[in-house]
Amino acid sequence: MADIKVRIASRVAKELKDGDVVNLGIGLPTMVANYIPHGVDIVLQSENGFLGIGPAPEKGKEDVDLVNAGAQYVTVKTGASFFDSATSFGIIRGGHVDATVLGSLEVDRHGNLANWIVPGKMVPGMGGAMDLVSGAEKVFIAMQDTTKGVHKILDECTLAYTAITVVDMLDPEMGVMEITPEGLVLKELHPEFTLDDIKAATGCELIISPDLKPMEEE
Amino acid sequence: MINKIKTAREAVAEIQDGASIMVGGFMATGTPEILIDALVEKGVKDLTIICNDAGVPGRGVGKLLTNGQIKTLIASHVGLNPEVAQRMNTSVPEDKLECILVPQGTLAERIRAAGAGLGGFLTPTGVGTIVAEGKQVINMDGKDYLLEKPLKADYAFLRGSVTDKFGNTTYNEATRNFNPLMATAAEHVIVGTCEIVETGEIDPNHVMTPGIFVDAIVGGEKPWQI
Repeated sequence: MADIKVRIASRVAKELKDGDVVNLGIGLPTMVANYIPHGVDIVLQSENGFLGIGPAPEKGKEDVDLVNAGAQYVTVKTGASFFDSATSFGIIRGGHVDATVLGSLEVDRHGNLANWIVPGKMVPGMGGAMDLVSGAEKVFIAMQDTTKGVHKILDECTLAYTAITVVDMLDPEMGVMEITPEGLVLKELHPEFTLDDIKAATGCELIISPDLKPMEEE
Repeated sequence: MINKIKTAREAVAEIQDGASIMVGGFMATGTPEILIDALVEKGVKDLTIICNDAGVPGRGVGKLLTNGQIKTLIASHVGLNPEVAQRMNTSVPEDKLECILVPQGTLAERIRAAGAGLGGFLTPTGVGTIVAEGKQVINMDGKDYLLEKPLKADYAFLRGSVTDKFGNTTYNEATRNFNPLMATAAEHVIVGTCEIVETGEIDPNHVMTPGIFVDAIVGGEKPWQI
């Protein structure tokens, strides 16, 4: 499991460009920061009010006024800036965030996203996710193809939407897919899998790109 | 000059059952514990609390929740405080918590709009989702937006790092979050602050909340102890 998460995180990291302002969701997306290619400097945003998230502090050296959006103690990098929540979401909605990486429960071939309400469970709240996917220039979904064999990539989402027609790229463990006006296009396939494997793990039509490439590894 | 400095007990003395209170902070970082504690002691009930989240048990607005003082919570995320679910699902009708979820950016902007005298604003956030239910959708230059309305309150509880005697306030690092917005959107604004200094000691260039917004200043707020 761990290597699948690393595979997903490191592949998403390759999409980020030098100078990008990036917001990473909690969980697997946070791992993307560990795999940014050499020579690429990105600025990480924390939607609770700063740009320039640095690594976690050493134990005992936490600054109690400095937490990220997951309420974990963090540090800031040189060049960081703090601001209020309205400015923070102005940065997000205003298109000043180049990319966001989030996990998801479901994504469909139209780029619709459902990642905030699990049926039968308490609704935790959308936090900043709806604003992020509406405002970020590029929305990457980092998740596994299926959960316990159940499709997560669908013709139409069945769960409550987080936002509609916002997803640009999907990075599940079997390959890399892009949402296009024609539908879901497979751009890269991981060498461990066949086209039949990935089609079976996908709950909607998968258009195979004429330029299909093997998925790049580390 | 009006003396705005009060004890926590004095500052919350006028708050009645059923009041609406904005509380700064993000998972309680930037929440004035000293004011929350005074409100717990006062024991007023049926409050409407407007805060980014539900804090955590034993910290921030989580203390008000534990003490059964909140009737309605308007927040963007409540999943990290397990007491919210318990109180929403209770079989005792008078104890039942109503929870209204608002996207975080929309919550911030609704508060900002109220403080800035705006009648509302158009946001793409929530279009096509259950957040859009009951709201006007306005198409502007080919794109759909939701009309979101301003959000005000009777009181705001801010957490300052340094406040001068006029009320000019700074917030350290990530404690700022909703605090400067809430300062503008409530009838009566109380700052629980870590340090009170003479007026003029904060460089005017560094003031984050101008003193005109602040009605009461309470000293003695402490950095959170891990």
